[in-house]
Amino acid sequence: MTTLMAIIVLGSMALLFGAILGFASVKFHVEGDPLAEQVDALLPQTQCGQCGYPGCKPYAEAVANGEAINKCAPGGEDTIKKIADLMGVEPPPLDENHDTDNSPTVAFIIEEDCIGCTKCIQACPVDAILGTTKQMHTIIADECTGCDLCVEPCPVDCIVMIPIAKTPQNWQWDLNNIPVVQLD
Amino acid sequence: MGSVIERIKRGHFWTFHGGIHPPEQKFLTTDKPIRAVSIPEQLILPLQQHIGISADLQVNVGDKVLKGQALTKSTHPMAVPIHAPTSGTITAIKNAVIAHPSGLSELCLFITPDGEDRWRERKICTDLAKLTDNDLIDKISSAGISGMGGAGFPTQVKVSTHEKIKFLIINAAECEPYITADDLLIREHSPSILDGINILDSILSPEHILIGIEDNKPEAIKVLQQTTANNEKIQVCVLPTKYPTGGEKQLIQILTGQEVPAGVLPSSLGIVMQNIATCFAIADAVINDIPLIKRVVTVSGQALQKPQNVWSLLGTPVGYLLEQCGYPNKDKKHIIMGGPMMGYSLPTDQVPVVKTTNCILAPSEIEISSPYSTGTREVECIRCGQCSDVCPAQLLPQELQWSAKAKDHQQLNKLNLFDCIECGACAYVCPSQIPLVNYYRIAKSEIRQQTQLDIKAEHAKVRFEARKERLTRDKIAREEKQRAAAAARKARMNSGTTEAKSEMSAVAQALARVKAKKAQTKVQAPINQETPTANVAQKSQVAAAIARAKAKKLAAQQNIAVEKTILVDQNTDTSKPAVDKKAKIAAAVAKAKARKFADKAHVKNVNVDDKPIDDKVEQVSNTEKTLVDKKAKIAAAVAKAKARKLAEQQAKLAATPSNEITNEKPKSEST
Repeated sequence: MTTLMAIIVLGSMALLFGAILGFASVKFHVEGDPLAEQVDALLPQTQCGQCGYPGCKPYAEAVANGEAINKCAPGGEDTIKKIADLMGVEPPPLDENHDTDNSPTVAFIIEEDCIGCTKCIQACPVDAILGTTKQMHTIIADECTGCDLCVEPCPVDCIVMIPIAKTPQNWQWDLNNIPVVQLD
Repeated sequence: MGSVIERIKRGHFWTFHGGIHPPEQKFLTTDKPIRAVSIPEQLILPLQQHIGISADLQVNVGDKVLKGQALTKSTHPMAVPIHAPTSGTITAIKNAVIAHPSGLSELCLFITPDGEDRWRERKICTDLAKLTDNDLIDKISSAGISGMGGAGFPTQVKVSTHEKIKFLIINAAECEPYITADDLLIREHSPSILDGINILDSILSPEHILIGIEDNKPEAIKVLQQTTANNEKIQVCVLPTKYPTGGEKQLIQILTGQEVPAGVLPSSLGIVMQNIATCFAIADAVINDIPLIKRVVTVSGQALQKPQNVWSLLGTPVGYLLEQCGYPNKDKKHIIMGGPMMGYSLPTDQVPVVKTTNCILAPSEIEISSPYSTGTREVECIRCGQCSDVCPAQLLPQELQWSAKAKDHQQLNKLNLFDCIECGACAYVCPSQIPLVNYYRIAKSEIRQQTQLDIKAEHAKVRFEARKERLTRDKIAREEKQRAAAAARKARMNSGTTEAKSEMSAVAQALARVKAKKAQTKVQAPINQETPTANVAQKSQVAAAIARAKAKKLAAQQNIAVEKTILVDQNTDTSKPAVDKKAKIAAAVAKAKARKFADKAHVKNVNVDDKPIDDKVEQVSNTEKTLVDKKAKIAAAVAKAKARKLAEQQAKLAATPSNEITNEKPKSEST
């Protein structure tokens, strides 16, 4: 009799807690993958696809699912370190398939050469190119992420990547690098 | 509030935390009057000399300008115009090294003075009472006045505040060693300064005006007290000498006992602070219609034979001023712009004096050794805590230093790095000679950069998401349209009329054709999608080569008959690497030839008498040339695209087993 009572009591308790848990999981359901979101926040959002994924978010999702964290070329060492911190792993070196030079660049259309084919517009992941069919195109420098996805599709090779110039506004103090000019 | 004034009248002030007493070294220049220096051979005016943005250029190279003429103009409140310091010609507008620790270049105007020093038309104001507040602010803003104490905040922004102002504080503390520019200005021009203070008084109508001055300037204090004797509102506050009393937040704390919270402007506490040199500039601008074109600069240091305060035109190269003050010609020069505590070493002596330049130091090697000659003598922090004892902002310099070295931005923000005023007191007392301020400056610029990047990344993300959304929306709309069209067609065909029947059979045929085509292209489809792979890259190189060859031919069509294109196509069938190289070379040659040919064609077209291309011909043919150029380019692009497609097709044909194609062909025919 006591055994039966115990089974009934424990069983009903288990059912009750199960119901509470089930309710909670529906009520407090988390949309999306929080880890992917966090990784996405660390990526530079150039949407360049150099990692092999069509954009930063897909790569973030892949990283959350176990993809290597060293495939973001524009982010470079810093980004790898940050993702490694987040994931709690040792930061690996940048994937050897990628250029280590990740100095920021901006695309520039040599406007005399542009034939207005709109191919670069279709390639731009952030809609930073302005123009229409048979009209000269131009790049909105402030919106350009420097992903160089527009360079390849151009049939007349009129797009070049220009490194962003250093100005007193974006200059960074660097004790080892202050230009020492010999005074004459 | 009454008690604040009571306290001040009794000579009791508050104090700020920490502070230091470095050797003052003001004796080098205090006993000599301000000297007017002659106009240099060239003036270099950076377009931006203040905090904010630069105004729009109003002059061109070769223009003759008169003294006081505005060279830039803008309606933006953070943009301050610059004016010609003397009459002359604009000889160049180009990048030159500016007064900035980076030693980077920015856009500068180069003026060669004509020596006549001719003024533009001036309207001298005799009756200040006639002017409204707006007139006064307009005059200040068009005179290009920005704070002259060091930071260079646009003055019109400060004076057009809508807050109720309790205290107008005039900063004459001049706490940094060596600098005596304000001291001398007070002694020589106190009536003008008083005019300036009165103008500010009428704009801001504060309850009290406090002039803060350190007690190491007895003569200036006496002069100020005499000139302000019959003005009840103005209080001359003689403060104990301590560095950095002249810091905005520190001076406010000393005089009113209030601490300015982080990220808050003093005006929200009912306090406005102006430098005493700015008051002089305001008086000059409003009364005499003289824009800000000159300022007092302390040229000091023991390397000089005649250290002295000088009236320097803005844009005067630092080297010229040093020369005037007897600077020996040395191989290695160490020049500091600004005081010894907060200034920075200059990369060249061609840097011009700007609106914020209050001091130029040329110290001897014993006084302040050049960081370039000695290198760093920094040793490990011994945790003595002297730095936090002297920090006027009550920060924890050693903690900040560790976090800065570790690039721990979160921790730095938690330690309120951005409240650091970079006064240099911590570095001054550090027994380990750690250049603490430099570490903070580096960390600050890194954090600022990171914030910028974060903003940009977020922006890019938003745009990327928006684009993706737009594309899917377009796709769905397109599909919807197609479905609707198909449904309409079906309905029409099923209506049973003879017309519909004939249409049906036509559709059936078309469908058959489409299916046949699909069967063929199916195999190619994946290639188009994954162009970035290495395999395809090689193929596309071949394709590009073919395209270039074709482009050349197209260009040649203008004159010569079309050559057989089969040749190129045949080439692709032979061994690949060899063809690759060959095709590349052929393409390059073809490209060059095509270009040459095109050039020749235009010259021939326009210039019949076979002269070499001179400038004139080039000009005449320019429009035609661009037209032909463009046509050729379009033709080339089209050819390139066509060739690429062809090559891909061929490559695919070669790659796929032939029986697959033969199998599918009869199938499509039978349907």
